[in-house]
Amino acid sequence: MEPDQVKHHVLNDYQRDFPLESRPFARIADELGVREEDVLALLADLQAGGVVSRIGAVVRPNTVGASTLAAMAVPAERLEAVAALVSARPEVNHNYEREHTLNLWFVVAAADQAAVRATLDSIAAETGLPVIDLPLQTAYHIDLGFDLSCP
Amino acid sequence: MTGRYRLDATDRRLIVATQNGLPLCARPYHALAETLDLPPEDVMARLRRMLKTGIIRRIGAVPNHYRLGIRANGMSVWDVADEAVAELGPRIGALDFVSHCYRRPRHLPVWPYNLFAMVHGRNRAEVEEKVAVIAQDLGPAVRAHDVLYSTRLLKKTGLRLVA
Repeated sequence: MEPDQVKHHVLNDYQRDFPLESRPFARIADELGVREEDVLALLADLQAGGVVSRIGAVVRPNTVGASTLAAMAVPAERLEAVAALVSARPEVNHNYEREHTLNLWFVVAAADQAAVRATLDSIAAETGLPVIDLPLQTAYHIDLGFDLSCP
Repeated sequence: MTGRYRLDATDRRLIVATQNGLPLCARPYHALAETLDLPPEDVMARLRRMLKTGIIRRIGAVPNHYRLGIRANGMSVWDVADEAVAELGPRIGALDFVSHCYRRPRHLPVWPYNLFAMVHGRNRAEVEEKVAVIAQDLGPAVRAHDVLYSTRLLKKTGLRLVA
């Protein structure tokens, strides 16, 4: 198999069903007809280059602790400072600038709902700006990874 | 989901330990087990159980879409009649190009939307095409919609638990 094909398969085929056995990379290597150390080296490269953020578990929201999606309308001249303040909170794990009056969107995760609420309140107090709380009510999708073969 | 399985403290420690990724070594579960002072078989059994019960959705490579050329990230948001959302939500969530689909509360008057569907594409034109498919699928139950493109990713880490 060509190196590019190996890379494609490693990225595309193991976003789910990553082997849960003693030597998972050896299993992947077997399936692709390469060596275990090749798979490890490829993944280390992909991780170092930022193509793969991690090999890890994707956990269903609100099963361990609580979380919410929050949005703020931040005046343009304050965006850098407010975004930095929000990102600096350890409870914030995603923070995006988006094109809308509500231009800052972030996910807050903490041990329980009271801690989530306290984080939102504290960001509102520190910035003097309202923080809109949009908690998940129903999930209509199970994240099974992302098909990289899609056009 | 197969029933309610209650996580114990060890499960929680295991989830936290895997959030930043498995170590890239020949026996990653053994390495994890050593860090947590658990038998490796127990680590794998617990992960298997959490996968089965849906607490862990998947274990695997988490690609960075942006680095793979999938650069447009549109959060499509829809104001869907309350009586229709329970039926329509699963249909939108099942579309193969929708990576996340959630019902969330409205926040009137600034935020009238109650259905969120995340759509990725190589560029905005590709995202727009996909959004048009969603619009068609939702039909007359939609009163308004918008697509919020991300212009900057300011922070992204795995789930982290803060005590």
